[in-house]
Amino acid sequence: MALTPKERMQITRQPMRERDGAARSQDFSEVNEGFTAEVARLEAERCLRCKDAKCIAGCPVGIDIPAFVAHVADGDLHAAADVLLRDNALPGITGRVCPQEEQCEQRCIRGKGAGCSVAVGHLERFVADWARTQSDAVAPPREPTGFRVAVVGSGPAGLTAAGELARRGHGVTVYEALHAVGGVLRYGIPNFRLPNEIIEAEVERLTAAGVEIVTNVVVGTTLTVDELMQEEGFDAVFIANGAGLPVFMGIPGEDLIGVYSANEFLTRVNLMEAYRFPDADTPVVAAKRAVVIGGGNTAMDSVRTARRLGATEATLVYRRSRAEMPARKEEVHHAEQEGINFRLLCSPVQILANEAGWVRGIECVEMELGEPDASGRRRPMPVKGSEFVIECEVVIEAIGTRANPLLTQTTPDIVLNERGNIIVDEDGMTSKRGVFAGGDITRGAATVILAMGDGKKAAAAIDRYLTGVDAPAATI
Amino acid sequence: MFTIIRAEWLSPGVKRMRLRAPLVARHRQPGQFVILRVQETGERIPLTVADSDADAGTIDLIVKVVGKTTAMLCAKARGEAIADVAGPLGRPTELSSDGHAVLIGGGVGTAVIYPLAHALRSLRNRVTAIIGGRTREFIVLEEELGAAADEVLPCTDDGSYGFQGTVADRLSNLIACAEEPIDTVYAAGPVPMMRAIADLTRPYAIRTIVSLNPIMVDGTGMCGGCRVNVGGETKYACVDGPEFDAHEVDFAALANRLTAYRVQEQLARERYDSKCALEVSRH
Ligand SMILES: Cc1cc2nc3c(=O)[nH]c(=O)nc-3n(C[C@H](O)[C@H](O)[C@H](O)COP(=O)(O)OP(=O)(O)OC[C@H]3O[C@@H](n4cnc5c(N)ncnc54)[C@H](O)[C@@H]3O)c2cc1C
Ligand SMILES: Cc1cc2nc3c(=O)[nH]c(=O)nc-3n(C[C@H](O)[C@H](O)[C@H](O)COP(=O)(O)OP(=O)(O)OC[C@H]3O[C@@H](n4cnc5c(N)ncnc54)[C@H](O)[C@@H]3O)c2cc1C
Ligand code: SF4
Ligand code: SF4
Ligand code: FES
Repeated sequence: MALTPKERMQITRQPMRERDGAARSQDFSEVNEGFTAEVARLEAERCLRCKDAKCIAGCPVGIDIPAFVAHVADGDLHAAADVLLRDNALPGITGRVCPQEEQCEQRCIRGKGAGCSVAVGHLERFVADWARTQSDAVAPPREPTGFRVAVVGSGPAGLTAAGELARRGHGVTVYEALHAVGGVLRYGIPNFRLPNEIIEAEVERLTAAGVEIVTNVVVGTTLTVDELMQEEGFDAVFIANGAGLPVFMGIPGEDLIGVYSANEFLTRVNLMEAYRFPDADTPVVAAKRAVVIGGGNTAMDSVRTARRLGATEATLVYRRSRAEMPARKEEVHHAEQEGINFRLLCSPVQILANEAGWVRGIECVEMELGEPDASGRRRPMPVKGSEFVIECEVVIEAIGTRANPLLTQTTPDIVLNERGNIIVDEDGMTSKRGVFAGGDITRGAATVILAMGDGKKAAAAIDRYLTGVDAPAATI
Repeated sequence: MFTIIRAEWLSPGVKRMRLRAPLVARHRQPGQFVILRVQETGERIPLTVADSDADAGTIDLIVKVVGKTTAMLCAKARGEAIADVAGPLGRPTELSSDGHAVLIGGGVGTAVIYPLAHALRSLRNRVTAIIGGRTREFIVLEEELGAAADEVLPCTDDGSYGFQGTVADRLSNLIACAEEPIDTVYAAGPVPMMRAIADLTRPYAIRTIVSLNPIMVDGTGMCGGCRVNVGGETKYACVDGPEFDAHEVDFAALANRLTAYRVQEQLARERYDSKCALEVSRH
């Protein structure tokens, strides 16, 4: 018996069960425990099933949100999963890491005024986790087309493209520079947000669908793009090597021991499992006091990781105010629960050394917001004489990345923009015929769902290019 | 998996290993290295490719045992395999031609300069190699270098073999009385040695290239852990190097950063050694 809109409006947003902040800040297990079937159904009943559903336009891949949510409400998880997987190959991942409050949930009609949007992300995660335990999820293999496509990089863009291409019957080989698959999902985003099992399950699904994955291949040096096409017999290449190169602020003291880029710190802990040292061989400096610079997801992941490694004082330093923090809202909320200190509106000046060449603290200056800058945000300006020192043994800089030049250096016929990112046309094709690109290498640091969207779009364009149906012409 | 097809000790604690790694072998040029992981849960460490055979699909590494990972690697015998090898990484050496090149290897640094000898020779250089070790036993690759270099000058701290003194002392003599002026010096070894060489050649303005050995993780420019200060700029040794102009390098910062994990390294080594000892006593 269907509910009336009025009845739906009376249901309040169902909270996500979270493990206790103090307990979880000691370990790396997942923070969110997921919805129970009952809670998921109740949350799904809150959806008004709008005819002109605004939430869909908020999702970069256009998931039919009212349809999948209605299936959850009706208890037909199979149908819900089908709807999700039609537009999103990795719902277990996006359900966990999408910035929903700026995308689907921001547009939800129920979020207007004092209301609370439908928890689309949490429902997506619920359905995906259910689907992962079902064995019949593997799509039947297609008739092989005989075409072969090389995918460079196994982050969300590469994995999505690989799945889409295999589904269309093309032979796919994914080349990954590291020894493990997943890109930022693996080496960047910590287990307490995105457990490794979820990435592994997605990868297993791909290999079951016939995708070959080769690790330890750095395309550009181990094999060049030209070799892939001319010698290894690939008919097309999709480049999804991400935005690898970390940027440092350039303040004095960055050579000291205890200064990390977020990439290095997170890679040591997540990919190399330094939190298990000495059972795993890679060490990391575990500090009692750690300072992280930045306000994005990377900064939030770093500061919460430092806390879990034993920092009793884990502090985030950000030069703007809370409203400007680009991190997901849920992460900021979780960080607060875990006892992270926020030093907003302050900016690092220099990192201080002890006599042994280790970090002993960081000098910062307070900021005030001045006139709006080009991005429309008010520009932070230092307040004279407000310098102060935070004592710490570790400083982690999470202020951004640049495009990694390793691959593009050896492929000069791929045109880059002034920031080193690959330029693509609306099909995702680069200036080099048959070579496509997507994800962070074309956008600069962006999001998982945008990278996946690029992978999907490029796979469709590669399919057209290979099969000659509406083949895209090079336009760059 | 990457299979070991040859392994032999060159001197106490220094092993030469030949691995099957066809893709690396095909592209590798002098000056480049690989990053390897001996086993699951292992650390990623960089090692120079000392030699390669593209047809046979093999690369040679020369490894000095200094800690747990190198000890584990050198404990492997022919027929065994290691988990991961990625490369070739780093920029190839920019080789000079038609001049007098002096190669300087301190300890296992000899493995780093060794591949340059042949390459420099084929570019019509006169090649002099100065190689150092604590005692005679620690002089490695003398014969192999002899096949490529015009002259090999071994040095030992105690004078048990060759010149008595450091490789820097030997270079100093060479500069003082060279019949042929030196155009380029390539040096690899411990940081204090490379720094001494840089200080020595600076007043003579001899082009001097050093191969730096900072701690690395990914080796692809992704982590920034290998950053070094060269000419006041931050460079990532794995993608911008590992070779840099010696006269521009901030050796003090490099030496400091290399000590970052000393306590953990000792712990790892002790645990590994006692585990090995236990296994031996069981047999
Ligand atoms: C710590 C952190 C937290 C984040 N949190 C979020 C979040 O909560 N939500 C969100 O939406 N986004 C988040 N992001 C951003 C998001 O992860 C990225 O936008 C996304 O992963 C980009 O995907 P990609 O496939 O383009 O590249 P990547 O995920 O970067 O993957 C690229 C892969 O290519 C490999 N590679 C690189 N060069 C080569 C080569 N030459 N040859 C072969 N392989 C190569 C790399 O090793 C890597 O595995 C976060 C990013 C970071 C760093
Ligand atoms: C470009 C490059 C080429 C190299 N080529 C050779 C070679 O041909 N032969 C050779 O024997 N050695 C070479 N090295 C040094 C070698 O990488 C280290 O000896 C090795 O990593 C030590 O690991 P471990 O676990 O055995 O010792 P640990 O006990 O972990 O460390 C001993 C010392 O080695 C250094 N070190 C530790 N971890 C790393 C790491 N991940 N990366 C770099 N250095 C580290 C530190 O100075 C440390 O104090 C090279 C290093 C670089 C950067
Ligand atoms: S993929 Fe992301 S934006 Fe789209 S519906 Fe799911 S959570 Fe929302
Ligand atoms: S806008 Fe909100 S209420 Fe309407 S269909 Fe989308 S999720 Fe449901
Ligand atoms: S080793 Fe990570 S950037 Fe060089």
